[in-house]
Amino acid sequence: MKLLILLVVVVGVVALAQLARVYELSAKLRKRREEDISHADNRLNASLFIVFMLAFYAGTIYLYTVYGDYLPASASEHGVGVDALMSVNIWIITAVFFLVNTLLFVFTAKYYYKKDRKAKFFPHDNRLEMIWTVIPSIVLAGIIIFGLRTWNDMTGESSDEAILIELYSKQFDWTARYAGANEEFGVSNFNLITSNNPLGIVTNEGINESLAELDAKIEELEATVNYERGVLVNKKTDFEKQLKHLHEHHAGHGHADEHAEEDHGENHGHDGLTEEQLKSEIAKIEEMLKSDKVSVLSDVALEAKQDKLYRLKRHKQRVLDIENFDFSDEQSLSAWEAGKDDKIVKGEFHLPIGKEVEFVFRSRDVIHSAYMPHFRTQMNCVPGVPTRFKMTPTITTDSMRTIMDDPEFNYVLLCNKVCGSAHFNMQMKVIVESQEDYDNWLNEQKTFFVEEVKEEEAPAAPVAEGEPTASIN
Amino acid sequence: MAANAHHEESFVSKYIFSHDHKMISKQFLITAIFMGIVAVMLSVFFRLQLGWPGQSFGILETFLGKWAPDGVLDRNAYLALVTIHGTIMVFFVLTGGLSGTFSNLLIPLQIGARDMASGFLNMLSYWMFLASSVIMISSLFVEGGAASGGWTVYPPLSALPQAMPGSGMGMTLWLVSMVLFVASSLLGGLNYIVTIINLRTKGMKMTRLPLTIWAFLVTAILGVLSFPVLVSAVVLLIMDRSMGTAFYLSDIHIAGEALDVTGGSPILYQHLFWFLGHPEVYIVLLPALGISSEIISTNSRKPIFGYRAMIGSILAIGFLSFIVWGHHMFVTGMNPFLGSVFVFTTLLIAIPSAVKAFNYITTLWKGNIRLTPAMLFSIGLVSTFVTGGLTGIVLADSALDVNVHDTYFVVAHFHIVMGLSAIFGMLAGVYHWFPKMFGKMLNTKLGFAHFWLTLICGYGTFFPMHFVGMAGAPRRYYEYSQFEFLDWVMDLQPIISTFAIIGAIAQLIFLFNFFFSIFRGQVATANPWQANTLEWTTPVEHVHGNWPGALPEVHRWAYDYSNPNYEEDFVPQTVPLKAGEEDH
Repeated sequence: MKLLILLVVVVGVVALAQLARVYELSAKLRKRREEDISHADNRLNASLFIVFMLAFYAGTIYLYTVYGDYLPASASEHGVGVDALMSVNIWIITAVFFLVNTLLFVFTAKYYYKKDRKAKFFPHDNRLEMIWTVIPSIVLAGIIIFGLRTWNDMTGESSDEAILIELYSKQFDWTARYAGANEEFGVSNFNLITSNNPLGIVTNEGINESLAELDAKIEELEATVNYERGVLVNKKTDFEKQLKHLHEHHAGHGHADEHAEEDHGENHGHDGLTEEQLKSEIAKIEEMLKSDKVSVLSDVALEAKQDKLYRLKRHKQRVLDIENFDFSDEQSLSAWEAGKDDKIVKGEFHLPIGKEVEFVFRSRDVIHSAYMPHFRTQMNCVPGVPTRFKMTPTITTDSMRTIMDDPEFNYVLLCNKVCGSAHFNMQMKVIVESQEDYDNWLNEQKTFFVEEVKEEEAPAAPVAEGEPTASIN
Repeated sequence: MAANAHHEESFVSKYIFSHDHKMISKQFLITAIFMGIVAVMLSVFFRLQLGWPGQSFGILETFLGKWAPDGVLDRNAYLALVTIHGTIMVFFVLTGGLSGTFSNLLIPLQIGARDMASGFLNMLSYWMFLASSVIMISSLFVEGGAASGGWTVYPPLSALPQAMPGSGMGMTLWLVSMVLFVASSLLGGLNYIVTIINLRTKGMKMTRLPLTIWAFLVTAILGVLSFPVLVSAVVLLIMDRSMGTAFYLSDIHIAGEALDVTGGSPILYQHLFWFLGHPEVYIVLLPALGISSEIISTNSRKPIFGYRAMIGSILAIGFLSFIVWGHHMFVTGMNPFLGSVFVFTTLLIAIPSAVKAFNYITTLWKGNIRLTPAMLFSIGLVSTFVTGGLTGIVLADSALDVNVHDTYFVVAHFHIVMGLSAIFGMLAGVYHWFPKMFGKMLNTKLGFAHFWLTLICGYGTFFPMHFVGMAGAPRRYYEYSQFEFLDWVMDLQPIISTFAIIGAIAQLIFLFNFFFSIFRGQVATANPWQANTLEWTTPVEHVHGNWPGALPEVHRWAYDYSNPNYEEDFVPQTVPLKAGEEDH
């Protein structure tokens, strides 16, 4: 098969070369030069422009008819304004598109080269140029004014009654957070993220859980690193050396002792370990070496683990820093406590119809973009920089199903900023329903952490290191 | 340099480490053609996946191996292909290729200079370009694949190797390649500016410069002012990746680990990137517009309409391009008032653009148009420039951008206005100046076939994308079956892919024509298009120093076509004014 393809390619190239040769010779015979475009060619290309133009327009009109209703009517209040602006824009640009392309193609077709004619010498005309500077300016001024008015309406402050909803993104799903009874989000901190606390909401319980998880990880890693065969063997050799030096010292080699002191100056054991202690350490290591916990790691892997251990300890310190948060400030304290009744939902989130919603967008890892095309709403989710967008849904999911004549229809929230391999499937369902249904749904959602309040105090922090500044956002 | 310095040269100094601008221009062109072939092939690969998602294609497995197990493109590989396609097209083909080829070829020839101000820097510029091309291509072959965060490589995605496989070694190479590319671009740009300002021949006033030179001058200025900003963005990103800084990183928890980073902002990168990124659009577009101005005037046998207005528009576009970058960032959470300012400045660009479009059309009006392949591509350029530019009005409007941002609507817009227009300009330039570069003629009939297939497939590929985008389909999606509301508009995807593939195959006609004609093409005459500009007063056989004798003296502007005072329908710039005749 491959041979056949190769053969076809080779024959094709040879044939092309031969054709070109024939063409070349015949051109030579007719004394035709490449730069002399024959009348027939000019005429052909001129008429092809008209044919192309008509086909292009037919295609355009077909696309407008079939795909022109690109999305169903906007399901949000500001979206109606956006759609109106879009229509005006599309009308204007479509008109200009037809006008300019027609002039271009028709002039090209009409004025193709004829030997006996001379072109009109027409280097400039201030009046004409003024016309096509001023008219576009006026049209654009209109577009700008209309556009900025719509923009201002969309981006103004939200009202006090607006429902606060946080849309939290990570590779590759969405989480929504409702503020709960106190209508206030608890502060969150990315250092506290655990599987039970996916948003890193700051509460005592959250801190404890995070510390517990970190401690477990640190312990596990330390165990691995400590039981690494090479590390153990090195330690053992070291102890044995010390033991040897100790023996030599007993034998009365005073100078050797000084050398040993230098050699092992800051190392283990030598500062005060007796012979018995050294022996027992060695025995311990031998015992450890026999255990099935012993692993063998390459230098690179070991270094990576030690590095990870270092990072985990830094992470733990950052969590401890949060714990040293100033409890005397009442306002901060209330923010601290506010997180407890926050509600966290996945898979789908609900909105009441006709009520303004203020979205707060956050991201855990990379930039995502919360795009809800049916609501003409989009905002990026930027790690470290919360963003906002307000909107008022106006059509319930049920009504939209009727409008669309599709009982399966659902509004969606999708990710519209490339974020990794599953970017194309990062979505969440949006349900718009009556206030009553919404209230019922929200009441069914569990509050964060309240159910599993742990009584025990946080483990006492080794406060000595690190400034007690709260890294709370 | 002696005027008749036609001394013998070794192969290496003539073809490899050449200081001669004509040879360097050919080196740029051929490198860009190679890069273009790679980029087009990548696009065919991902268009196969987009047109027929999940279907197995033997060709994918042949070319991509483990990236397309069983002939189905891998998700990560898809993103890598999209990213490298964009990077190569924007930087290597349309910036390096377009400016590198035609600025180098035409600046000395059209202003009447023996060579560039610094032949050595010029050579260095090419070799850095080649090195960065090689690194970019090699990034396709490293473990984890090439950079995959889109050609804009926004951090944190691009900064964190944990975020995706392409953010590992592939991304490092991408960044290194870009640093070299910018260095190349700056060396070239400075050289172009200095040459145009200082080395014009006697009589070549700024107001007599051909519009190509004006376009190259403004392009070079844009590049020199904006590329350093890209380099700073890239260097900060390298530091974030390799040296533990956090310029662009804050509050990140990824792969089960909270990173030790606070205080940076990913948005900072976007500001820096787009401060280059938007002028970049015009760095790509202006040379194409300059080339088409020249070709349209020559082949209409008419002076370009509104020469001074054309210069004014180039300058206005160049200036405005620096104060519009924010329109790429309307949905990043930027202050809405700042957004308003960017809406205003962005829409202002439509005015000089409209002036240019109408001036082209008026140049055609009552012309005597020779439809050479170069002319066909130039007319195609005007059409795509208008069609694609118009949708820019929608995208510039922040209120509308919210709903079409990062959708196929954007893909349609910039592929038509920047992709097709600039490629058409580049191809027009190749057809027009091929006799000057290689001393041979390209085959005209093959040129016609190439143009028509390219125009039809170009529009056929990108025009329907507007509708896909308005229906809400995001770009850079591996497939769309997860979203039922998009099903109906996905009928367009196989059509788009079919056009794209035919369009790609049609480029073979050009490649054949190009390489065949270099060796076997009809030998060119000195001034085949009967044009006025100085390059056509040089001999067909290249000589060092361009003119064997004294440098030509210029007496008039470049656009005295069909001047009623003269019998012939063209008057070269070297012809003295008749008694009583006024300069334009």
